[in-house]
Amino acid sequence: MLTKLPIGLWVEWIVDWAQIYLAWLFDIITKIIEVLVSSIETVFLAVPPLIIIILMFILVWFVANRKIAIGTAIGLYLIYNMRLWESSIETLALVLASTALALLLGIPLGILSARSDLTHKLIMPLLDFMQTMPAFVYLIPAVLFFGLGQVPGLFATVVFAMPPTIRLTGLGIRQVPVELVEASDAFGATEWQKLTRVQIPLALPTIMAGINQCIMLSLSMVVIAAMIGAGGLGTEVLAGISRLDIAKGFEGGLAIVIMAVILDRVTQSLSEKRKIKI
Amino acid sequence: MSKIIVKNLAKIFGEHPEKALKLLKEDFSKDKILKKTGQTVGLFDINFSVNEGEIFVLMGLSGSGKSTMLRCINRLIEPTSGTITIDGEDITSAEPGIIRELRRKKVGMVFQRFALFPHRTVLDNVAYGLEVQGISKAQRREKAMQIVETVGLKGWENSMPDQLSGGMQQRVGLARALANNPDILLMDEAFSALDPLIRKSMQDELLSLQSALNKTIIFVTHDLDEAMKIGDRIALMNDGTIVQIGTAEEILTNPANDYVEKFVEDVDRTKVLTAEGVMKAPDPVVFLKDGPRVALRLMKEHGISSIFVITRERRLAGIVIAEDALQAAKEQKEELKALVIEDVPKVSLDTPLIDIIPTIAETQFPVAVVRDDHTLAGILVKGAVLGGMVRGGGNVD
Ligand SMILES: Nc1ncnc2c1ncn2[C@@H]1O[C@H](COP(=O)(O)OP(=O)(O)OP(=O)(O)O)[C@@H](O)[C@H]1O
Ligand SMILES: [Mg+2]
Repeated sequence: MLTKLPIGLWVEWIVDWAQIYLAWLFDIITKIIEVLVSSIETVFLAVPPLIIIILMFILVWFVANRKIAIGTAIGLYLIYNMRLWESSIETLALVLASTALALLLGIPLGILSARSDLTHKLIMPLLDFMQTMPAFVYLIPAVLFFGLGQVPGLFATVVFAMPPTIRLTGLGIRQVPVELVEASDAFGATEWQKLTRVQIPLALPTIMAGINQCIMLSLSMVVIAAMIGAGGLGTEVLAGISRLDIAKGFEGGLAIVIMAVILDRVTQSLSEKRKIKI
Repeated sequence: MSKIIVKNLAKIFGEHPEKALKLLKEDFSKDKILKKTGQTVGLFDINFSVNEGEIFVLMGLSGSGKSTMLRCINRLIEPTSGTITIDGEDITSAEPGIIRELRRKKVGMVFQRFALFPHRTVLDNVAYGLEVQGISKAQRREKAMQIVETVGLKGWENSMPDQLSGGMQQRVGLARALANNPDILLMDEAFSALDPLIRKSMQDELLSLQSALNKTIIFVTHDLDEAMKIGDRIALMNDGTIVQIGTAEEILTNPANDYVEKFVEDVDRTKVLTAEGVMKAPDPVVFLKDGPRVALRLMKEHGISSIFVITRERRLAGIVIAEDALQAAKEQKEELKALVIEDVPKVSLDTPLIDIIPTIAETQFPVAVVRDDHTLAGILVKGAVLGGMVRGGGNVD
């Protein structure tokens, strides 16, 4: 038999190297993320919960419909009632921040992969890798680069939640009928005009589906991210598990489900609205 | 004046066009080249020019290279070799910036399946070309609105494309192409997706628009009737080359080879052929000054029972029938004038066959074909007209 290839060792080297030479970069990222997450938290915690519930009720009625708005209000009140409001805000801040980052990176990458076959060929295997690798594995480099806390939790979440955004953005743009792309070219549009006036608007329903999946995957990372100190509802669930406290674990889990359903319905009805227009 | 000149154009699809070009020079067929090199010959050895204000039709079977040719003109497809000159400027070597200007200002395009932007209103579709040029919203809307009215869609400007019927959608397509006020219109099977009645009315509308706008139009179709109806000239394509260029009549009456002959076999000739195409030379004719005896002799010589009479300026005076001439000869009359029947059936050179048939069926005389200045250009006899409907073979010696 051949000797074992030191694949694990190689990865270790790379991580070591990054830790030493990219420390400055990680510091900057840490600062940015900390500011982002804590400002979202501050804003939400500054307003009394009941007022937020009422505001959300109105907002959701506006973007979705009455049924979803009522469900949202009941769900949020339940969270408040279970005394999980602050943990939920922490989780929400993490989810929103990681979704924002995943979109910020994922949508341009998706566009790039749709426009160049070479980029497509490079990115696709990477995405397969990112999606099949168990989410726990991302915790290791996350901790090594960023220590414990919210920032590594967010890093792992972004890595885990970004692939569908890239994929669906790329798919949406590739699916725009060639005739329409040709028509845009035939009238002398620049590449940028074509992208912003034809391709992205027509890909929007698919891109929205990618955003929806991104949010759902971020939420599904909540418990795992809590293992490295990301806090929020994940911590409640973990505490429930480690102390075999069924009540605590269930309540934490329920709050996560409530958030997931609300975010899912709201983003879905946003993309539905888009579809009708198109 | 030639607006567009295409010289030695070739387009090879594939990674190694040079291989295919070499084999083409050695007269290999398209199929053989595909098998040997894996390269598809899209176009080869294309030469033609289009005059300003002309409707030039590219016609041929599916896969003959019509769309490829059309797309080379605005460089949606990059030609492999050869040149295309528009207004004296070679656009095959032009920079992307120049091509963009060309597409924005000079060349508009209409697509087979309309290719309207589904997320934009009719007005915003029409204004697209103006929008990419950076024209202000108010200005482009005003201009687009004018064009929307021109194509008869007033009141629909705020509708979405999918709320419109096919014919209306293609009007939007046409309006979108016209909004930039281009000199040249490229139309790729623009009416093929429409049902026959709508299609016919769109053809009529295009022709009437054209008489007002006087664009240079290149129109792709695989429908010969359509080609003959709207085309000033037609280029027939086969397997990536042009096999014949000419007016509808030239192609019908003088097919260059078997392929063309086959192609034009089942066209409705009565719509295409004109009096000029099926008339016989005006021979014999008698001059007004000649007298009844000459007329009689000519009729006897040619075995006919009537003869056309012309003035010294070769203007049509009328017809004389054998009976009257005989009578006059017996009575020793010298004047032909008294015998001439002035009210004879006449048509002009470009009267289509379909309009001649009723005339020829009603009269016992041959029909005179006269030019605008009333000179006699030819005559139509029943036999030749019927023959023309079947074979397209009128001959003027
Ligand atoms: N992008 C491409 N890559 C490879 N081959 C192509 C490409 N585009 C066209 N061809 C080939 O070039 C030839 C001419 O195609 P083209 O589309 O110009 O035909 P057409 O006359 O417009 O036919 P149709 O009436 O079906 O539209 C065909 O053999 C086609 O397969
Ligand atoms: Mg075609």
